[in-house]
Amino acid sequence: MIRYRYMPTHVGTAAPGRPAERSSAIASRRARSVFLPVVAVLATILAPSCSQQSASVPVPKPTAFGAAIVESSGGKQIAQTGSLLPQPVVVQVNDEQGTAVAGALVEFAAAPSVTFDPPNALTDSSGQVTSNVSLGGMAGRYQLSASTFDKSHKKVELMIEEIALGYQQTLGRHLNDQYCERCHNPESTVERVSNYDNLEVKPHPFAEGDTLNKLSDADLAAIISHGGPALNKSALMPAWGNTLSKSDVQALISYIRAVSDPPSRSAGPVYAKH
Amino acid sequence: MKEQFTSLWQRLFGDSVRAFGVVSLIFLASLAIAPAKNFFSEWRHYQHGYLRMVRNRSDANTLQRHFQGGIQQIWLPELGVVDRCTSCHVGLKEASLTDVPTQPFRTHPVIPHKLDQFGCTVCHRGQGAATTVAEAHNSTLAWEQPILPAKYIESSCGECHRGPLPGTPQLNQGRNLLARQGCAHCHTVKLPDGTTMKATDDPPSLSHVADKTTREWIYAWLKDPQAYASTSTMPNFKLTDDDARDMSAFLIANSTPLPGDTATLSARPSSDPAAGASLYGESFCASCHAVQNAAGNMVGGDVGPELTRVGNKVKPEWLQAWLRNPRNYDPRTGMPHYRFNDPQIATLSGFLLAKTDSDLLANVHLEAATPEQIAHGKRLVSDYGCASCHEIAGIKKPENFAPELSHLGSKPVTQLIFLPGMPHTLPDYIAGKIKQPRTFSPGLKMPQYTFTPAQIDSLTTALLALNDRSNTLPPSLAVAATPESDYQPAGKAGKLMTDLACFSCHRINGHGGDMAPDLTWEGSSVQREWLVQFFKNPGTLRPSLIRRMPRFNLNDAEVNELTDYIMTVYQTPAIDRDSMPLSGYSQGQVELGKQLFYGKYSCQGCHIVDTKTDKGYIGPTLTHVGSRLTAAWIYQWMKNPQSLRPGTAEPNRGMSDDEARALTAFLISQKGGARQEASKK
Repeated sequence: MIRYRYMPTHVGTAAPGRPAERSSAIASRRARSVFLPVVAVLATILAPSCSQQSASVPVPKPTAFGAAIVESSGGKQIAQTGSLLPQPVVVQVNDEQGTAVAGALVEFAAAPSVTFDPPNALTDSSGQVTSNVSLGGMAGRYQLSASTFDKSHKKVELMIEEIALGYQQTLGRHLNDQYCERCHNPESTVERVSNYDNLEVKPHPFAEGDTLNKLSDADLAAIISHGGPALNKSALMPAWGNTLSKSDVQALISYIRAVSDPPSRSAGPVYAKH
Repeated sequence: MKEQFTSLWQRLFGDSVRAFGVVSLIFLASLAIAPAKNFFSEWRHYQHGYLRMVRNRSDANTLQRHFQGGIQQIWLPELGVVDRCTSCHVGLKEASLTDVPTQPFRTHPVIPHKLDQFGCTVCHRGQGAATTVAEAHNSTLAWEQPILPAKYIESSCGECHRGPLPGTPQLNQGRNLLARQGCAHCHTVKLPDGTTMKATDDPPSLSHVADKTTREWIYAWLKDPQAYASTSTMPNFKLTDDDARDMSAFLIANSTPLPGDTATLSARPSSDPAAGASLYGESFCASCHAVQNAAGNMVGGDVGPELTRVGNKVKPEWLQAWLRNPRNYDPRTGMPHYRFNDPQIATLSGFLLAKTDSDLLANVHLEAATPEQIAHGKRLVSDYGCASCHEIAGIKKPENFAPELSHLGSKPVTQLIFLPGMPHTLPDYIAGKIKQPRTFSPGLKMPQYTFTPAQIDSLTTALLALNDRSNTLPPSLAVAATPESDYQPAGKAGKLMTDLACFSCHRINGHGGDMAPDLTWEGSSVQREWLVQFFKNPGTLRPSLIRRMPRFNLNDAEVNELTDYIMTVYQTPAIDRDSMPLSGYSQGQVELGKQLFYGKYSCQGCHIVDTKTDKGYIGPTLTHVGSRLTAAWIYQWMKNPQSLRPGTAEPNRGMSDDEARALTAFLISQKGGARQEASKK
């Protein structure tokens, strides 16, 4: 195993209070023998700075405990690397009967490059905690953990997955919005009515990993460039080879791979907490 | 003590041979310091780590062959780049290393540029010449440019690319916001191409504001603009009650009646909500204006102001005059002159005036203003720079009201004042300042905006792109933006087009909005008769769109004027509209076209020709296409749609000339017969 001295997420942050911890340790050793009052003074000076440095956001004290933690919304979102998810992540803490618990502590954790605002909070009157999440700087899947403690102080954890798009996938998403989505996405919005229901042969939504993961990149490129008939599929899928460049098609494929569910093999590593 | 030292000295340097030996040893040891430092250096540690990792992989041989030990460097004198990052980031160019979970060995993600041509620090910032992690990534006393956080990385694209790019949505949004939120009214932003950023919003003139609204509304608006309209771009100046009272007093006292404005109600506002809602819908007001519905969702466009509580704001006589002809009050408005008749104005004004919120002005009680209050209000209006955005009679637009932002992306950190607890980096400073400007100093004039966190990130990205590198870039590297043209159609038709605000939605010759189709070549595209009918009664071509062309109630002379102009002037040099006939194609050709339409090219996926069988919703309905488009246009569209409308979603199918001709024959034979039959049944 290689020990990585540098982790990308520590860029720009000062080393957390090591000197302070060390000096307080030395001080406590001396304390036993000689200078009790001095230690008391030192401790009062150092204690606040230590706690401030080890956890920048104080953890609130829970007033209640739940039995389960569930996702209300905000999972399976797509954002660009390093940027905020379009919607906040909302989780709910329930008791044994499934009723929402107010005042339970929820803590979020993920790979160090992911940031939560706030990283921990007590559930509100409807039993929910809402946090704005920024994904890390590398494209791929990010596993977020939301956890709470039950009455016996056992940790109850919920895993949520989010997707970060790099440059190529972002370009692919742009092309998807422009050319593909109106047929391939069955969901309609106020602004844009889906054409999915109007088609005799239904196209595959890009999240449909079960089907699309079986197609190789070369096959996907062939269908996009030469149309459905290239792989004996419906002619309703037109040929885009004269409209999109080769790199456009590659970008689309990388987007399709990024959003597929279950994840495709070529989607890359999953970033989770250590 | 002294004896011990003497004996040691004797032992080491007692005779010349001993002295020579010892001095040589010391010399050798000191010579070894540099190689030892080199041997234990960080980059060597990573290179060893890389080789250890590579050893167990299936493609170990290839990777080992590609590996080059020692300090690596990308040197680009033209860009001032000396980047040694590849000394530790060894696998950047190895396509197979995308699955390495941790840095520094992962493959660089796919980007459109080559690392050898652009280096690393052009995009990522940081100190390229450094050979330790801390010096390369973090800021030090001597070097204050740390690595750019991933969320702002698109700002680096913006150093060279001055226009929008499909792969940089955040940068594009940030630049749009800078212009649209009116930042450029107060801040000078000189762009690297030598032009100055222009604000694209158009805050209303306040010179006749008393015609339009009441002092009470102005007071409530100044106190909290978003309470009136949550989508408003007017920021909150956090005024005290007294300041808002005095400023509203000044604005009303300073307002002069618009010459020729009749202060009488021309038609009694009707109280028929159903008729009002129907006229509001038919006129497609919602294409530009939003109204918050009962569920709290905004319904409608964001070109014009939100109308949820417009009844609290406008005076009935002003609203009616505005609906009659908005250009009387504001000659530059993007609102079309609808040519409504009196009953229509009564219906629509009654409908809009009923849109009120009883809470909005309930607690606003203002006494008559004293001259002192008005004078104080005037001073405040000047101090807060209201005239930077709004035209206000008697107050000059201030020059350089706020700091220039042209080089903000290179501002030295030492010149910034940070808040306690804030990370000392430029992006954090910019984002913090946009988020809550007044926390930096209570005396600051910059008001509070209501940006979402994502909008703040976008704005920061766009501002970081305005830096020294973007301003000193070799001209060969700069990719210019397409400048917005100031095209204006000439003559009577041109005046008519301004009056109807065609450019609020349509784009012609690079000028105008993007809500509706580009009309630059409309004259080559459509048949005259169809256009005349369309102006009189605009039907919809695309059933799935909610934004539509409104009916302007034009008279015949106006319709003819516009049609003649469009048919004559807006022609593409690429095709001759009369080169192909509108009828007379052989039955065989039409039949072949039909087969191609439903078979090989399966056009029915997106288009409807036969309303009984076809369902496609994406492209325009083609039931009447034979009486709408010219044959020459259809033919060229079949051959290469992007040559006529760049960016259209219609794919270029690479058709042969014969296929394109057959499809043209089939489509030109669609003159609406099927639809008429259907309506007869």
